[in-house]
Amino acid sequence: MGGLDLSFFDLEMLRKFVLQGFFFSVQLTVVATLGGIVLGTVLALMRLSGRVWLMVPAQVYVNGMRSIPLVMVILWFFLLIPFLIGRSIGAEISAVITFVAFEAAYFSEIMRAGIQSIPRGQVMAGQAMGMTYAQNMRLIILPQAFRNMLPVLLTQTIILFQDTSLVYAIGAYDLLKGFVTAGKIYGRPEEAYLLAAGVYFVICWALSTLVRQLQARIAIVR
Amino acid sequence: MIELKNVSKWYGPVQVLNGCTTRITKGEVVVVCGPSGSGKSTLIKTINALEPVQQGEIWVDGIAVHDPATDLPKLRSRVGMVFQHFELFPHLSVTENLTLAQIKVLGRSPEQAHAHGLKYLDRVGLMAHKDKFPGQLSGGQQQRVAIARALSMDPIVMLFDEPTSALDPEMVGEVLDVMIDLAKEGMTMMVVTHEMGFARKVSDRVIFMDVGGRILEDCSKDDFFNHPEARQPRTKEFLAKILAH
Repeated sequence: MGGLDLSFFDLEMLRKFVLQGFFFSVQLTVVATLGGIVLGTVLALMRLSGRVWLMVPAQVYVNGMRSIPLVMVILWFFLLIPFLIGRSIGAEISAVITFVAFEAAYFSEIMRAGIQSIPRGQVMAGQAMGMTYAQNMRLIILPQAFRNMLPVLLTQTIILFQDTSLVYAIGAYDLLKGFVTAGKIYGRPEEAYLLAAGVYFVICWALSTLVRQLQARIAIVR
Repeated sequence: MIELKNVSKWYGPVQVLNGCTTRITKGEVVVVCGPSGSGKSTLIKTINALEPVQQGEIWVDGIAVHDPATDLPKLRSRVGMVFQHFELFPHLSVTENLTLAQIKVLGRSPEQAHAHGLKYLDRVGLMAHKDKFPGQLSGGQQQRVAIARALSMDPIVMLFDEPTSALDPEMVGEVLDVMIDLAKEGMTMMVVTHEMGFARKVSDRVIFMDVGGRILEDCSKDDFFNHPEARQPRTKEFLAKILAH
């Protein structure tokens, strides 16, 4: 066991091994956040619809997803796809679909809380102006709910970014895999993991700081 | 214009409206008063179906509000409503508050909606605040914007649900002034309020409701205030208490 040797950590190593993985991790985070919010909002509206045939499926889906470890969902989906459609779609695309589906369950709970945080009077005011349910949601309720929940949504996105490292289970090439690969090639696996942790920390810490600052800025004055 | 026939409503086992029957003709100003929990706010909200009813009939300008087949958004777009807590949309500017429903519901062009909305904003004396957000205005100003917002839809009737109850005493006057002007112009109005001065000054009729959601009195302003001997004991008691000071 020699001392730590970080000398292999340079621009060339980053460019050769890490950059591609970094881009995939960011891509996965962005797509899963946007897709998760859209699908999650639909699930939240289903759960709040008051109609059993919409509420029950949404509830089963959300509670089901939230009760299974993400890494298992990632694995299952990756292994099941070839059975279902007869061919593999690749680890990366499989990961994207899994993350959107999984994160939707969490985002739906955030959006549900956001929608419920809007005073009933606002719903009534929209209705009283003659808006349909869809107009009221789109123009009055969701914009306010979204703004109220933005800090929580972004915090969930930071967690999501950390969770993207779980795609190691299906061998997708993400940020962590980039470091691990470099570690193997340079024969410095321990240092590579340490550096990976450092990079995750810096990114997530910077983002949380950003969220805190944003929080103070966007609060709606009532 | 508005007709309620035997309207009853329950929240679970609790009856909040009990056989309410009344009518409001075009141009009339009707004040609804009564103690807390008498169902007056619920009653006024049944007229644009914000509160559904289990029994009875509600007709607004020939449209059956109680009929499940009725196009409620369309009906509501013709009935102006002002709420106790203003309910301006806090994420939109004053101007956007005034124009949003005109554009999205009535299908007016943005220019048309803008001109029309600002006309009413000017009428309530708040033109200088057109680009502000609701949170930057005082309660009285917010309520005046809310009245302008309702008027910009060109409603056939205006419903007021305790429009001054949430205001600082100093701001009650500015809101009542707008309402008095409106009444004098001949707008059909139904107003849930404790402001007996307003009732005396501009109302045509007074409806008095008591706990349990029953209409106890439905008579002219003159009968209500000047002929207490003809009133129910409960009404006399209420009047004695609120007019004593």
